[in-house]
Amino acid sequence: MSAASQDVATRNGIFARAAIYAVLILFAVYYLLPLYVMLVNSLKPLDEIRHGNMLALPHEWTIAPWLSAWSTAQIGVSPTGLKPYFLNSVMMVVPAVAISTILGALNGYVLTKWRFRGDTVVFGMMLLACFIPFQIVLIPSARILGLLHLAGTVPGLVLIHAIYGLGFTTLFFRNYYEAFPTELVRAAQIDGASFFQIFRRILLPSSAPIIVVTVIWQFTNIWNDFLFGSSFSSVDSIPLTVALNNLVNSSTGVKEYNVHFAGAILAALPTLIVYIVSGRYFVRGLMAGAVKG
Amino acid sequence: MLRKLLIGTMLAGGLVAGYSATTYAAGGSVEVLHWWTSGGEAAALDVLKKKLESQGITWKDMPVAGGGGEQAMTTLRARVTAGDPPTAVQALGYDITDWAKQGVVGDLSDVANKEGWDKVIPGALQNFAKYDGKWIAAPVNVHSTNWLWINKKDLDAAGGKAPESWDELIAVLDKMKANGIIPIVGGGNAWNAATMFDSVVLSLGTDFYKASMVDLDPAALSGDKMVEAFTRLSKLRSYVDDNFSGREWNLDSAMVIEGKAGMQIMGDWAKGEFVHAKKKPGEDFVCIRFPGTQGAVTFNSDMFMMFKVGEDKKAAQLQMASDIMSPDFQSSFNVVKGSVPARTDVPDTAFDACGKKGIKDLAEANEKGTLFGSMSQGYASPAAIKNAMYDVITREYNGDIDPKEAAKELAAAVAAAKG
Amino acid sequence: MTQTRAEIAPILARTRRAPKEVLQDLLPKIVLAPSFALILVFVYGFIVFTGFLSFSGSKLLPDFSTWVGFDNYVRLFKHPNWIVSLKNLAIFSVLYIVICSVIGLALAIFLDQKIRGEGLLRPIYLYPMALSFIVTGVAWKWFLDPGIGLEHAMHQLGWASFSFRWIKQGDMAIYTIVIAAIWQSSGFVMAMFLAGLRGVDNEIIKAAQIDGASTVMIYRRIIIPLMRPVFLSAFVVLAHLAIKSYDLVVAMTDGGPGTATWTPALFMTKFTFGRNEMGMGAASAIIMLMMIFAIIVPYLYSELGQKK
Repeated sequence: MSAASQDVATRNGIFARAAIYAVLILFAVYYLLPLYVMLVNSLKPLDEIRHGNMLALPHEWTIAPWLSAWSTAQIGVSPTGLKPYFLNSVMMVVPAVAISTILGALNGYVLTKWRFRGDTVVFGMMLLACFIPFQIVLIPSARILGLLHLAGTVPGLVLIHAIYGLGFTTLFFRNYYEAFPTELVRAAQIDGASFFQIFRRILLPSSAPIIVVTVIWQFTNIWNDFLFGSSFSSVDSIPLTVALNNLVNSSTGVKEYNVHFAGAILAALPTLIVYIVSGRYFVRGLMAGAVKG
Repeated sequence: MLRKLLIGTMLAGGLVAGYSATTYAAGGSVEVLHWWTSGGEAAALDVLKKKLESQGITWKDMPVAGGGGEQAMTTLRARVTAGDPPTAVQALGYDITDWAKQGVVGDLSDVANKEGWDKVIPGALQNFAKYDGKWIAAPVNVHSTNWLWINKKDLDAAGGKAPESWDELIAVLDKMKANGIIPIVGGGNAWNAATMFDSVVLSLGTDFYKASMVDLDPAALSGDKMVEAFTRLSKLRSYVDDNFSGREWNLDSAMVIEGKAGMQIMGDWAKGEFVHAKKKPGEDFVCIRFPGTQGAVTFNSDMFMMFKVGEDKKAAQLQMASDIMSPDFQSSFNVVKGSVPARTDVPDTAFDACGKKGIKDLAEANEKGTLFGSMSQGYASPAAIKNAMYDVITREYNGDIDPKEAAKELAAAVAAAKG
Repeated sequence: MTQTRAEIAPILARTRRAPKEVLQDLLPKIVLAPSFALILVFVYGFIVFTGFLSFSGSKLLPDFSTWVGFDNYVRLFKHPNWIVSLKNLAIFSVLYIVICSVIGLALAIFLDQKIRGEGLLRPIYLYPMALSFIVTGVAWKWFLDPGIGLEHAMHQLGWASFSFRWIKQGDMAIYTIVIAAIWQSSGFVMAMFLAGLRGVDNEIIKAAQIDGASTVMIYRRIIIPLMRPVFLSAFVVLAHLAIKSYDLVVAMTDGGPGTATWTPALFMTKFTFGRNEMGMGAASAIIMLMMIFAIIVPYLYSELGQKK
């Protein structure tokens, strides 16, 4: 870690430091509040929630809502809980993240180390793709998936997620490789290394931080996606977010808020774990280039 | 409990004269897109699934909840565009007609003619379940929106007599207010406020309801009577607590159940909340038609719209339609769901007091010609117009515009949405 | 610009043209081509498609049999909900972008002061980005609800005059959405700034310290100006989140009270899929895209243009 700004820090008075801690803790409270609301209410019986005060601790603690959300709550006509949908999401997320990350890395590599006339325009166009509202691509995507006979299949979902992740993954890797010394690439080339050899032996080994950033970003986005998941899945491929939505969005039935909150936390666990475990690398990865432009 | 009910109603169903079950398929599968994912309604649908499975048909479940079916309709667009529509799709009112216009729906006329659906389904429902003379959807139930749900204890404290006219209603509301409770709750979102508006408009006369909500007559939409309707809506709003905004209808119901609030205007799906909280009609709560609307019913009906499928799936689809229309399913489903059967020939024995009243009112309204599609549920006008009305109603309810402006804007918004 | 690039770009010598060399020359383009082709079809093709839709009379599904010219655009800008949406977008995006950047930068600077427990605080700041708003929105809605949330809790604690009921007030509700949106993404912005701060060159700061500059001065005059690229990245990320803000609004207010918290993304979705007004929905999408491009293109141009 760079000590630059931290050198500045040591010159602060004790008073200022106390103030800084106070602010930091205050914000921690702000960030934790909704999680607290979800957590305490997921541990209450429904009657207690009906009686009001969402902020109070449970009078009667119960883990029944968690068990229900996991294995017995009504998702469709069958009381299966969220359990069976985890695997569907994993089957979709893992290949989609892998494909978009690999393609993004290769694109970044080409766009920085094998530049060609018009590469900036190509990159600019790929980057703009990050910004289109997904609702507008729904209908035409459905048509193309139908023509490819991929409608309602896991490969179809993977394809769509990979495509709409390409903009971001390309951006991340392109910015990262931009800072990577081109001389090394050139030297390897003179030694007769091929296009893929250079990528595999020289760039890839030092790409860990940006791979972490990209994987976190893609994993979170695809895991939490609802729109594509609900439109392009079918009976055997319904992802977890769609199941969660079915759990919490009853139309004319009793709403079991405690089960909803438990389910929401369960569904978010994989992304939460990814964030907590790799948070340190995330900042490091961003530092290593992703924010530079 | 469900199973017991099922057996009971199957027996009841068997008593219906002249009904004979038909078997179309001994295998195959149906894929069903629907938004009934929460406890009671999903359990109700499970009855259908079990029935089909007993006939050797596999049920492929494709639930997409949210927005009162809006999410499911989004998914349906993607599925149809991809050329892979589900076998059956839960749908409401004008959405069915709109899909039929696209030429993508199936034809149930074979089974419908054989089983005589024309004779047992109210004409008002047939307008939606049929297109171009062909049956395209199988109605599961009839809900009605012009109900008032009152906490019995609160009502007793306010005189004990259920209001039968607008003035009596206001008198009860005033008493409840004096008793220190919130007299009435509702209108937390556009849909909820529009559901209240259904009843208010209907209470100003069935002709007026038909002219304004169904026929979309500009004079009725902008006239003095509409101003009066909005004034009444605002009057009701004045008895609602200040925290109403954004509150779901079921939380409103919870307040009525607990006696914090006196009453709620809501469709009969609200009964599920009361029953779930172990409350009994007549003892703990009272269900009456909104004052001034007894004898008329604003309905909505959940239907399963059938899509064009390959020959291999056709038999299972027809079987599903036939099962939905069977009296035993209509009874057992609706007992669980809180609605009343779409068939008029299903015995009411298995239903509670509110259910029995619902069945009776529906039959009466059907005969008298006072059975109207509910505006708030998309049975009076297509989605574009319905939502244009929502915009105006919710703004008026929230005090952004006054009743006079609201009537003017209502006519303008409807005209704009038509174009 | 292209010329300068052309001078630097070819890393390969292009003098010998043996078949293998030609392949080597083409390989990068071959590798890039599938991604680019997919983006061309799935992004730009679909934008063109949406453009056509916006001039058609499409209702339930795309329907290119009736053309209505600019009708959908005219109806769009006459629709009171669209006007409300645009107004809300202006309020929301300005507040959201500014406050997120300020909070993000402040937290990053504070967290960079050799803070004990940074490892604990950082994931706390970051985790909201990992959650989907389908249910988190409900938690926020409850927390902000005066009847059951914060106000109620304060009253129970004995602070009877405490009042916080913005979510119920048409003129204030949009600000509650800002609060929740900031909650979701300011931690992420913090991480970007933290990364930026940790990348600042030591020597510059040491030199300033020798010159006797105060801590505040060093941050204001040296470090923060060095964060310019981070500000820009944060701006792009936040701007596109602001314009696309949909889940959040649906979960918290669904556009209410009344129509007070409609946003363009909500408008587009509701009109296209809820109201069977696909033509008008497409028109609103095109306007949204134009707004996005108006922000992003100049940024890209300056960023990509200035590099060399």
